Amino acid sequence: MFAIVDYDTGNTLNLKKALNYLNIENKLTADPDEILNADAVILPGVGAFEAAVDALKERNLIEVLKKAAQEKHPFLGICLGMQLLFEDSEEYGLNKGLDLIPGHVKAIPENGELKVPQMGWNENQVAADSPFKVANEEYTYFVHSYYASCAPKYVVADVDYGIKIPSIVQNENVVGMQFHPEKSGQVGLNLLNQFQEMVKTNDFSRN
Amino acid sequence: MLAKRIIPCLDVADGRVKKGVNFVNLTDVGDPVEIAAEYQKQGADELVFLDISATNEKRKTMIDVVEQVSKQVFMPLTIGGGVTSVEDIQKLLKAGADKVAINSAAVNDPDLITEGAKKFGNQCIVVAIDVKYDPESKQYFVYTHGGQQKTDIEAISWAKEVVKKGAGELLVTGMDQDGTKDGFNISLYQQLGEAVKVPIIASGGAGKLSDFSDVFLQANVDGALAASVFHYGELTIDDVKSYLKQKGVVVR
Repeated sequence: MFAIVDYDTGNTLNLKKALNYLNIENKLTADPDEILNADAVILPGVGAFEAAVDALKERNLIEVLKKAAQEKHPFLGICLGMQLLFEDSEEYGLNKGLDLIPGHVKAIPENGELKVPQMGWNENQVAADSPFKVANEEYTYFVHSYYASCAPKYVVADVDYGIKIPSIVQNENVVGMQFHPEKSGQVGLNLLNQFQEMVKTNDFSRN
Repeated sequence: MLAKRIIPCLDVADGRVKKGVNFVNLTDVGDPVEIAAEYQKQGADELVFLDISATNEKRKTMIDVVEQVSKQVFMPLTIGGGVTSVEDIQKLLKAGADKVAINSAAVNDPDLITEGAKKFGNQCIVVAIDVKYDPESKQYFVYTHGGQQKTDIEAISWAKEVVKKGAGELLVTGMDQDGTKDGFNISLYQQLGEAVKVPIIASGGAGKLSDFSDVFLQANVDGALAASVFHYGELTIDDVKSYLKQKGVVVR
């Protein structure tokens, strides 16, 4: 069973619908035991970083999520849920994240042509050694104003939006997707299936 | 690079798609789920559902439609038509909408934009603006109630105003072009593109392939919406995208 962390963030239901469609057993839960005993933990998220951290704190989930990741449970953060995997974010002041992947969340630089938020479909360039190759040169759907700035070794895929924006990040068992796989058509479904495959085989290696 | 979006728009009343959509392979021409799935297959980047039900009672069926479609179709869904309150927005988002379009209600109660944006984030608040050119004053004016009521609101300043209030995207229909198939109102979108920094969806006038490349190449818009040319199969989304690619427009 996949645990979708339930902390009152928007659009969790659409993620649930995508998992249901793929016949991936899942449950929305904020229960620490259920989260720690799940086959995989999915941390969704829409909205502001600080509000999300506060909502996780209120439910005493920060340590639970860290423990799950440190005990090598498969872990997938989506959109804001991916940003929460990093050390901190500069959105509305500096706020600490879960610190599961070294790096910082920064504002997408505004320049003349580009609109912020990045809203729409952008094309992924996926590292050749990544298990997520199925998304290479494929478009996925983004809605975000902040991005993860981290060492190249954690970047599995990126998109061009004036700067290179990491679209998939990975630190061993901890994976993050900046886009919404549940809103990215067949490519998004393929990526969720790929994650499920990695969970089943417990193989998060790059080769 | 971010791709330009091609967006079919479906009119829904009483839970059924109106204005016959006649793809050859549909078994039920009014079924929103089947039509949405077909458009997903064709490569649509997003779908807009417009509730044209006459009464509030019947509008409730739209919630059902959104719930059903979002179980089987995995792309962004924008829902509009008759949205007048934060509760309306919340219900639609909860049912599976990604964005909610507010039209007349934004004019009657501009604070609804701000309330919605604060509660759910700017990204899910789309303000729909119906616009008509007034040759006398040489200005564009905003119309409400499905384009039936003229207001004295000048459109470009209204666009700026709603963005200030929290709109994350604008869906702007050129009423003079709507239904003519003579192309989008380029000058309108040029002015809008210079006035605001949020994504703009152009609507009204799509008839042939070059209409799409014209609006993308000549104005700073992010998406183009069309209804009948897609529904009646005059153009497929694939036709439009292949053509745009040739013209150097980035599409998915």
